Amino acid sequence: MIELFHLKQDIPFMRWARSTIFVSVAFIAAAIGLLASKGLNLGVDFTGGTVMEIGYPGKAADIPGIRQVLTQSGYGDAQVQNFGTASDVLVRLPVKQGVTSAQLSEQVLLALKAADPAVEMRRVEFVGPQVGQELLEDGSLALLVVAMGIVIYLALRFEWRMAAGAIFATAHDIFIVLGVWSLFQWEFSLTVLAAVLAILGYSVNDTVVVFDRIRENFRKTRLTNVAAIMDNAKTATLARTVITSGTTSLMVLAMLFLGGEVLYGFALCLIIGIVVGTYSSVLVASPITMWLGVSREDFIKPVKTESGAVV
Amino acid sequence: MNRYPLWKYLVIAVALVIAFVYTLPNFYGEVPAVQVTPVRTTEKVDGALMQRVETVLKAGGITPLGVAMDARGVKARFADPDTQIKAKDALQQNLGQGYTVALNLLSASPEWLTSIGALPMYLGLDLRGGVHFLMQVDMPKALEKAAERYQGDIRTLLREKKVRYTGIGREGQEVAIRFRDAAQRDEARKAIESAYPELQLDDGQSGEEMLLAATLKKQAQVKTQEDALKQNLTTLRNRVNELGVAEPVIQQQGIDRVVVQLPGVQDTAKAKEILGRTATLEIRMVDEEKMQDPAAVQAAVAGQVPFGTEIYYERNGVPVLVKKTVVLTGDYITDAQPGFDNQSNQAAVHVNLDGRGARIFKNVTRENVGKRMAILLIEKGKTEVVTAPVIREEIGGGRVQITGMDSPQEANDVALLLRAGALAAPMEIVEERTVGPSLGKDNIEKGFNSTLYGFAAIAVFMVIYYQLFGIVSVLALATNMFLLVALLSMMQATLTLPGIAGIALTLGMAIDANVIIAERIREELRNGMTPQAALAAGYERAWDTILDSNITTLIAGIALFWLGSGPVRGFAVVLCLGILTSMFSAVLVSRAMVNLTYGRAKRLTKLSI
Repeated sequence: MIELFHLKQDIPFMRWARSTIFVSVAFIAAAIGLLASKGLNLGVDFTGGTVMEIGYPGKAADIPGIRQVLTQSGYGDAQVQNFGTASDVLVRLPVKQGVTSAQLSEQVLLALKAADPAVEMRRVEFVGPQVGQELLEDGSLALLVVAMGIVIYLALRFEWRMAAGAIFATAHDIFIVLGVWSLFQWEFSLTVLAAVLAILGYSVNDTVVVFDRIRENFRKTRLTNVAAIMDNAKTATLARTVITSGTTSLMVLAMLFLGGEVLYGFALCLIIGIVVGTYSSVLVASPITMWLGVSREDFIKPVKTESGAVV
Repeated sequence: MNRYPLWKYLVIAVALVIAFVYTLPNFYGEVPAVQVTPVRTTEKVDGALMQRVETVLKAGGITPLGVAMDARGVKARFADPDTQIKAKDALQQNLGQGYTVALNLLSASPEWLTSIGALPMYLGLDLRGGVHFLMQVDMPKALEKAAERYQGDIRTLLREKKVRYTGIGREGQEVAIRFRDAAQRDEARKAIESAYPELQLDDGQSGEEMLLAATLKKQAQVKTQEDALKQNLTTLRNRVNELGVAEPVIQQQGIDRVVVQLPGVQDTAKAKEILGRTATLEIRMVDEEKMQDPAAVQAAVAGQVPFGTEIYYERNGVPVLVKKTVVLTGDYITDAQPGFDNQSNQAAVHVNLDGRGARIFKNVTRENVGKRMAILLIEKGKTEVVTAPVIREEIGGGRVQITGMDSPQEANDVALLLRAGALAAPMEIVEERTVGPSLGKDNIEKGFNSTLYGFAAIAVFMVIYYQLFGIVSVLALATNMFLLVALLSMMQATLTLPGIAGIALTLGMAIDANVIIAERIREELRNGMTPQAALAAGYERAWDTILDSNITTLIAGIALFWLGSGPVRGFAVVLCLGILTSMFSAVLVSRAMVNLTYGRAKRLTKLSI
């Protein structure tokens, strides 16, 4: 039997609770600061605008040349950059007042074709400003609805303090991921939003496995010390926590390296989320629950006293 | 204790067989095909059409892999895309205008699979290439157009009823009628109320004049908007048919939006142009009196258009004053074909009118012999006089020829637009996603490869770490993948790149259940349980954990589906289904395998875990 962890004693996770929570709160504060000051680099999905992916099969694209052609044709505000390989180019065009956006991409392609007939259109995405706004609103609403749904479920199945701990841990993961996205000003697209929501699910999933064991311990053991009970539960599930993060990461890494540019942001977001989510489900969720005052009595069903029978 | 009753094995076996069969078509892939459908939906698809297709192909020296027929049309499969293109050209030339010939991809799986409904997943636009448009209908414009129609109707009505009025005008969505006194107004109100109960009539006064303002009642407004959307959907459908696209998607989204998806369309510029065009045809009389007065024409060009007329220009810049009253609109057109004028040999469009249109046209031409009639083409808010011929004689039968086209190509375009009908209200593209076919192929390959390598990496780790139980887990995971793909195929869900990412992610997370079970069994063994008891306890205790953790993810998935759009939705569907299949495969299927291996062992002393 190969064992990743062969532990004779429980790891005193809860003894480090103060420092781990301090680190987490510091990270959340930093993330909020970044989001407030730098904001997210929202992609066309949300801001509206046009993105074109063009290719020059079999040769390297001449980026300065493309820029010059675009400037001459009156698209001086276009952003041009390489995308994936040397022969692929991504052109971003902001929303233009008065120009029917549907024609914009055609005009740009025509201009580029005139300069170099080898150019090949690979992808065009145009999102109107109003649709972008709606997508952003729907996305934020989805985030909120998911969070609330999970809190309600956990409060019903477990205990409100655990629901609070889990949602704090999850919010922590979301903020840090968004903070990283803000720090590096990576493009925040619809697929990245999907990844953020998937992290939400994943992170809670991870936390629930730990909480499930804590609940079981509360009911079973004779230990009274809450911290000790939690340490025991976390130590018992540590191997699972690490292995699952590992296997999920294996899959996501495959996507990151082999999935191409479209899946790159998605996979990158998930990788960060998995790492942070694993940390938070072990080191962030339970201290919050403990400090909120969870105790053994909360998990043992109270014996009903029939007051009416008392004479 | 680790034995399943026979029925459980049977249920699992049946589920596996079904999953395998329905996954199978996805491995056969698709072959290039050409699809022939009649333009008019009333036309029957029958053996004769199939025979014609076969004859045309034979004459062109093209041998199809097979020709099949269904309710919608005739489909011929080919060995490679080159033959497919050749066949398309041959069919297009020989079948004539009445048929749409489109390139398509058909499932290459054997007959018996297709006959039980086992079809491959439908590939999304990002995987096969194509265009996706979200179009917004301009509803205020639709209401304005309705008001314009009422303006004409009310004018005719008042004339018929001999109600005197001093003027009728339209301001946005409101029609205002002016009267000299209140008595006339009341009379008019009575007439309008009984003829058009859907109109809201409000009295008003401006100076000496009495006013009557007609607007659409709220209900009628809603109905007008619904009708406008419906008409636009129909028109778009017709236009897409003209484009020759196999399996287009044209759907209403929300109250004022339409989604158009055209898989495999290469010429996006053409598609956009045809879809986005809002060409309507109007036939109006030229105001000959005012045209004869050069000063009036001069004034009109300068911006002072005489009362009751409008000024438009011919292509060569000659101004034409036309009356505001519309004789005929494009709504009366039943057919339009490009052709040539018999006498001048110029490109022309031959238009056929329906019965009512033909009658109106006959009357108008009879009454106006010697006068000019202007044919206006209204496109993207610009009105152009296509031609303004002199009426030589009464034209009956509803056959009209429009000349004045620059080229046969233009005649062709105009005919197509007229044939495809008018949009009830202009539409604007508010979202577009176009994926070139080469990128689509890349996307499939990349998505497939990353899933494959990710799966392989997980399998290697699991087998090394958990040995026999690892093998069981990997087999369960493979089952999960089959179940998931089978479910998606059965639902005929659209597979997109985010969907593939969803499959990969679900697989990565699904192994979690097996890890939870394995770790639990190890723990019970460490606590001194016998192997058989540890197996049973491991599975039992892990179940609660698996259920709770999966339901939270399911909540996230459902919210994503509910609020997500486009790519996010595809991901959400896969995530939700994946959670359900993973609970089945990770718990039931893996338990069945474990039971088969260890269940009957009498003196089990060691587990390979």
